[in-house]
Amino acid sequence: MSSHAQDLTATPGGRETIWSGGGSPYAIGSNKLGMWLFIVSDAITFSALLVAYSYTRTSTETWPRPFESASVINATVMTLVLLSSSVTMVLGVRAAKMGIPKRAAGWLFATLMGGVLFDILHLREWFGLFHQGVTPWGNPWGTPLFGATFFGLTGLHMTHVTIGVFYLAVVALGTARGKYNDEVVEVAGLYWHFVDLVWMFIFPLVYLLSAKI
Amino acid sequence: MSATSEHAHDEISKKVTFTVWFSLLGMTAIEVILAYEQLELKLMLALLMGLSLIKASLIIAYFMHLRYERRSLILTLMPALLFVVGMLFVVFPDSLRILAMKVH
Repeated sequence: MSSHAQDLTATPGGRETIWSGGGSPYAIGSNKLGMWLFIVSDAITFSALLVAYSYTRTSTETWPRPFESASVINATVMTLVLLSSSVTMVLGVRAAKMGIPKRAAGWLFATLMGGVLFDILHLREWFGLFHQGVTPWGNPWGTPLFGATFFGLTGLHMTHVTIGVFYLAVVALGTARGKYNDEVVEVAGLYWHFVDLVWMFIFPLVYLLSAKI
Repeated sequence: MSATSEHAHDEISKKVTFTVWFSLLGMTAIEVILAYEQLELKLMLALLMGLSLIKASLIIAYFMHLRYERRSLILTLMPALLFVVGMLFVVFPDSLRILAMKVH
């Protein structure tokens, strides 16, 4: 019997068989696999919104271009903040893997502060648009659909950032107390990088494509 | 795996992390410059989408560590995602045609 066939049927050293959950076909924990599956489904949700937005954007002549230089600079700073918070997240996961939970918690805290800053800048932008009369059902410049797609898309993303901030806070506190292992930090990192990744599409498609400079 | 090789891998990943970060910042800068250039809409859409896809791939491969995972995980996650997102684009060319078809 080959060693491969043995792997499927026998229980060397009392290990469970593959068919009763003893195998690890992806060589990662179930938490991490669960987060990956969630990310794939969430990516499809965001893709649907982005494609719907892009479709109406390119097929509408009267699409408003409300984003002046100040807005573009604001959104560029938001991008910078989110990209940098991804780097602090990578460093946090690294510290957790090296077995330094206190340092990992510090980096996680830095990451979530990036998320808070992003939310503040984004809300400032939103309130600026409210003052100019943009609502989900209308605006002073052109097709009313602009508000619906803009607030729908950026609102869903902002919700993800906000949930991420609370998620990272829980993980940071738990890690500092030694309650969580490095896999929990890594899984939180996957979520945070995904939120960053989605913004890499929203920023150019929503802001740069409708810039008025 | 011995401790030294793990250490070597860590050293590489820190260098790689900052290289990826700088290239992401660089591509963002190119995108912002493109916005100031005011190119034609279709060309602009294609360029911005292309750059965003490269940025997303870099984040998935290095920040989310997928490049270093077992191939079975990559094959489970990515083809399905790409297929579904691709299907979303099936009717997209219509959006470019609608403007030309409109009765003025």
